[in-house]
Amino acid sequence: MITIAKTKQLTLIQAITDGMRTMLNEKEEVVVLGEDVGKNGGVFRATDGLQEEFGEKRVFDTPLSEAGIIGSSIGMAINGLFPVAEIQFLGFIYPAYEQIMTHATRMRYRTKGAFTVPLVIRAPYGAGVRAPEIHSDSMEALFTHMPGIKVVCPSNPHDAKGLLISAIEDPDPVLFLEPLRLYRAVRGDVPEEKYEIEIGKGKYLREGDDATVIAWGAMVPVAMKAAEQAADKGISCDVIDLRTLYPIDKAIIAESVQKTGRCVVVHEAPATGGLGNDIISIINDTSFLYMKSPIERVTGADVHVPFWALEEHNIPTPARVTDAIYKVIHF
Amino acid sequence: MKRDIQEEFPMVQIMDQNGELIDKSYLNQIDHALAQQFYRQLICMRAFDQKAINLQRQGRLGTYPGFEGQEAAQVGSALALDEDDWMLPTYRDHAASISFGKSYTILSSWNGRVEGNLPPKGKNILPPSVPIATQLPLAAGIAMANKYKNSSQAVIAYFGDGATSEGDFHEGLNFASVFQAPVVFFNQNNQYAISTPIWRQMNSKTIAQKSIAYEIPGIRIDGNDIFAAYFETKKALERARNGEGPSLIEAVTWRYGAHTTADDPTKYRNQKKENEKHRQNDPVTRLELFMKAYGFWDETVVEQLKEEVKEEIDRAVKDMETMPPADVNDIYDYMFEKPTWTIEQQKEEYMNHLRGVR
Repeated sequence: MITIAKTKQLTLIQAITDGMRTMLNEKEEVVVLGEDVGKNGGVFRATDGLQEEFGEKRVFDTPLSEAGIIGSSIGMAINGLFPVAEIQFLGFIYPAYEQIMTHATRMRYRTKGAFTVPLVIRAPYGAGVRAPEIHSDSMEALFTHMPGIKVVCPSNPHDAKGLLISAIEDPDPVLFLEPLRLYRAVRGDVPEEKYEIEIGKGKYLREGDDATVIAWGAMVPVAMKAAEQAADKGISCDVIDLRTLYPIDKAIIAESVQKTGRCVVVHEAPATGGLGNDIISIINDTSFLYMKSPIERVTGADVHVPFWALEEHNIPTPARVTDAIYKVIHF
Repeated sequence: MKRDIQEEFPMVQIMDQNGELIDKSYLNQIDHALAQQFYRQLICMRAFDQKAINLQRQGRLGTYPGFEGQEAAQVGSALALDEDDWMLPTYRDHAASISFGKSYTILSSWNGRVEGNLPPKGKNILPPSVPIATQLPLAAGIAMANKYKNSSQAVIAYFGDGATSEGDFHEGLNFASVFQAPVVFFNQNNQYAISTPIWRQMNSKTIAQKSIAYEIPGIRIDGNDIFAAYFETKKALERARNGEGPSLIEAVTWRYGAHTTADDPTKYRNQKKENEKHRQNDPVTRLELFMKAYGFWDETVVEQLKEEVKEEIDRAVKDMETMPPADVNDIYDYMFEKPTWTIEQQKEEYMNHLRGVR
């Protein structure tokens, strides 16, 4: 008899809830905490129903206190729990930056592993939903630059659940970035069982020979759309969903650009100091002589996310990405 | 109606400056052995501190933050802990962590060695917190986990007067209060944050009164009275273990020396005048006077203790100075359980460089 893994059609945010539910069932020491995650189920409903299902001891509201949430989660993680802490928006994480930089990412290092911090920080990020100020930040590079924390960012329901489970299973701190713009954009097949997506591995979403387009999170559908439009003009692209922002999957990037010789990197975050530069570095280190044209970046400008009346002007669009694809092709 | 903070938060003293017991009922709990244990640890920690400063002056130790004057607050509170309790010290709390951990490995951290941060075997002592007040939310979290696990372990977190101006002080105490976590926040108010005096740090009369905001017990003690430090910490730990939540203790004390060996306190205060005044209230002398007054003093035993302590510290210094050289692998091997490819590659490149491989 063949058993087929049961799947459900879930949105990205439902897959995240399902990932937390899976791990709450799996391990008694997993706790979910944050602002409004209890009865309210989170402002986006990511923790919907979890408190009802697992009780107030395991899924609980905290004071409105980001440094307190992360600081106390670090303490809990040091002392045997596996906290999954929600920061309501990535743009609200800055008060906790010190806790992450000085304790979460350093505890293993400064005690040679005597104390460790198996902590997951979940944070919705990114623009494009007409949110008020500060709610749309995409500052992943602040954390990829920070030694001692892994950063992951799924773009679809299946990866969201698998990556979240991997993050909770990881013995070190992981920042789990949730593209809030995609929370309910599409549904996808998500296995009901527990499964992991390996941290540090990207994925081809489309294969082609002429150029490589690299994106993650909310920029993945933008990159895909651009690749489709380029295909209409006879240009075939690899599209890579990076999925993990630290450590970056060097192998998939090298493999792809050594085939195509051309590359476009897409991210919402400001260009300067952005992750696109690290990707260019990887290409430089691994594939310099394979390249047929300079690498293009399509990114936010070195500005804050504009007030939403203008936000679309700063978020990479398929049109800007196709322009960049043509540029690397016609160099 | 104006409230009288000094009346609400009186300075708790068990013995006065002359070593006289103010509350004689404590004589039931203070015997010869306890007094002698305290005395030994006080002179031991003072000798350790002086040794560390001397080593720094001789170039045998890096920058070091002395704690002379604060021994009673630290030793008294540390000896109040149960063996498996948790401690979160700062960089100035070695008298607490050594007394609790019965180990001097911390000394090597001032010699640039990560090994100094490792907890003594079987001890839940976190490495000294260097950023100010950030350990307080951690302490709340560790205590929340104890509560989650129905463990009887309590937590003590140390911090100075300057730390009370940080947001993390508020966030840590608030979390502990909201979740009724078993933790004792032990403040040493030595009245100076580097050069900044307490009156510039806050407009409140006491640190203890900040407990009102969190609806937790706040106790102001004479930090140079080792009995006050010991018994008030014991009571706070007992409350924590009984499910009565956190406490804030303010131990009023004085650091005789500089903020660190890199600091010059004469720039910001009259050291001679201030220290002359504070020497009248020295924590070690006070216990000595107490022991003499209550018949616990034995000159021969004290001489023996001094000898014993000297040997113990000499051994600690020798242990530090005979450590095997620092291991370059340690730079790379403890960022993650398994190093990422970037770290592996960076390590390999540097190791090759060291070996002269090009």
